[in-house]
Amino acid sequence: MIVKTVFTRLLGGDRQSDRVVPPSGHTAWLTSFTAGAMTFLAVFALALSLAAGRMAERWSEALARTATVRISAPPEQLDLQTRVVLDVLATTPGVENARALSDEEQRKLLEPWFGPDLPVEALPIPRLIELTEATDGYDAEGLRQRLAAEAPGAVLDDHTRWRRPLASAAGRLRLLGIMSIVLIGGATAAMITLAANAALAANAQVIEVLRLVGARDSYIARAFVRRFTIRAFGGAMAGAVAGMLCVLLLPSAEAAGGFLTGLGFTGFGWLLPLALPVIAAIVAFFATRRAALKKLRGLT
Amino acid sequence: MCFRSKPVTYRIFTIRTAKALKLPSIRAIVAAISSEIRDGSEVRERTVISFENVAYNYGGGELLSEISLRLAPGSFHFLTGPSGAGKSTFLKLCYAELLPTAGHVTIFDREVHSLSRDEVAQSRRRIGVVHQDCRFLDHLPLAANVTLPLTVSNREVSGQDLGDLLTWVGLRHLADAVPPSLSGGERQRAALARAVIVDPEVILADEPTGNLDWEMSLRLLTLLVELNRMGKTIVVATHDLNLIRQAKAQVPARVLRIRNRRIQLAGADL
Ligand SMILES: Nc1ncnc2c1ncn2[C@@H]1O[C@H](COP(=O)(O)OP(=O)(O)O)[C@@H](O)[C@H]1O
Ligand SMILES: [Mg+2]
Repeated sequence: MIVKTVFTRLLGGDRQSDRVVPPSGHTAWLTSFTAGAMTFLAVFALALSLAAGRMAERWSEALARTATVRISAPPEQLDLQTRVVLDVLATTPGVENARALSDEEQRKLLEPWFGPDLPVEALPIPRLIELTEATDGYDAEGLRQRLAAEAPGAVLDDHTRWRRPLASAAGRLRLLGIMSIVLIGGATAAMITLAANAALAANAQVIEVLRLVGARDSYIARAFVRRFTIRAFGGAMAGAVAGMLCVLLLPSAEAAGGFLTGLGFTGFGWLLPLALPVIAAIVAFFATRRAALKKLRGLT
Repeated sequence: MCFRSKPVTYRIFTIRTAKALKLPSIRAIVAAISSEIRDGSEVRERTVISFENVAYNYGGGELLSEISLRLAPGSFHFLTGPSGAGKSTFLKLCYAELLPTAGHVTIFDREVHSLSRDEVAQSRRRIGVVHQDCRFLDHLPLAANVTLPLTVSNREVSGQDLGDLLTWVGLRHLADAVPPSLSGGERQRAALARAVIVDPEVILADEPTGNLDWEMSLRLLTLLVELNRMGKTIVVATHDLNLIRQAKAQVPARVLRIRNRRIQLAGADL
């Protein structure tokens, strides 16, 4: 709706009003440059917050849907308790399937720490049972109590302990990205306000003449607002395209994995940076309008 | 008095000049313009501008005091007084560029203090002002400057009528020139054309003949007299006594004189 207001104001308004203010040199350049540079930065902040968002989602998803039951028991009881636990899990609503890890799999898990030749059988290593949740989830507390009653050596580890900080770190990273965008928007508004004030001061005489021949404040303001909005939009468009190109050209080393390679846009995400110039135009529209009307109210 | 016989001579001269130039009548020009730009919604008031016990100061001592007067529709007033007496200040009070420091100024039946900023703008579209210092938009050609009051109210005038008006003030050949390249007299004529183009109900002219030669002054006066005959209220600040005499021969003009911060109606001695 705001966008519609801006555009009807700009395009519906007469171009005549644009001509009554002389073309200005350095404020024009400053506005386009500021909008361009700020949008360039905003593209990266946007990419960062989108990537962080995706990461947070992926981690929560992957971790939330699996859990482990660890059975520590004397060797002679281990198989018995494992069977009991599997029976319990098989009758627990919300558990999709459960499976004891084989010795081979357990050795693989320990390999990074102890090397390949670990004699798993000979060590009192707990048995691990991996379970997958159904979409509805299960009652973790109830399951814990049943396990304690039927297999005293079994401990349910539902990953919440270490899932939470990871997901919240990613969430906070996303918040940082959004905050950066908001700050960039604020800085752009401040810069454009300065530029608009400079233009208004430079054109004090023009404004005076316009007032004297009966121009309304809104008419005079429009001449400045139109100009600054168009400049900010143009600059921001250039900045957005440049930023998107840079993101596109980031090395995509899938094999290396990790965070940096996740920093691109995906699918419809590519359309989001294109919203930035529109936002810049809206910011310029209101910043200039506010500056102009404030200035004009000071005149007779 | 030495110039008692002069007006007649000049009058004949003026008419001859006008005929020689084949000028269209300003009445026809203004009528044509007004038929184009009027929206028919305006209501004409009984009093155009009135002052009630008005005083004004620029922050120091009082410049104008106890001013009470009423400009009736269709009246023609000259405003005289020594330089610095407050003639320009008085005119600025008339179109709300300045607000009185005491008393009430009423424009088209509205007290100026009660007008919103948009209403002030609206009132100014009904008042044509020729400023003493003739301010223009220096980046726009003369023609665009003359039509500026229409431009800012989203109205237009035909090129033919604009051309006629510029011809009348003798500036048609300069339509594309920018204001800084004009002489003082040319600027004043342009300012007059700009004031007239909105078909205003009131015309306030601040020393409009200050930079004009006698021939041009007379042509300008003829224009003002013509406009007055069409029913427009005219106030001209000037200290050109010859001009006043010339006008008085053509219309029942009254002379206001600023003396000792007050405005008095000057006697017939002038
Ligand atoms: N903006 C202003 N601030 C302070 N003093 C002013 C201002 N404008 C005019 N004056 C003073 O007010 C007096 C009257 O000025 P003005 O109305 O221009 O006189 P006039 O037009 O009769 O020559 C002058 O002494 C002038 O210096
Ligand atoms: Mg003066």
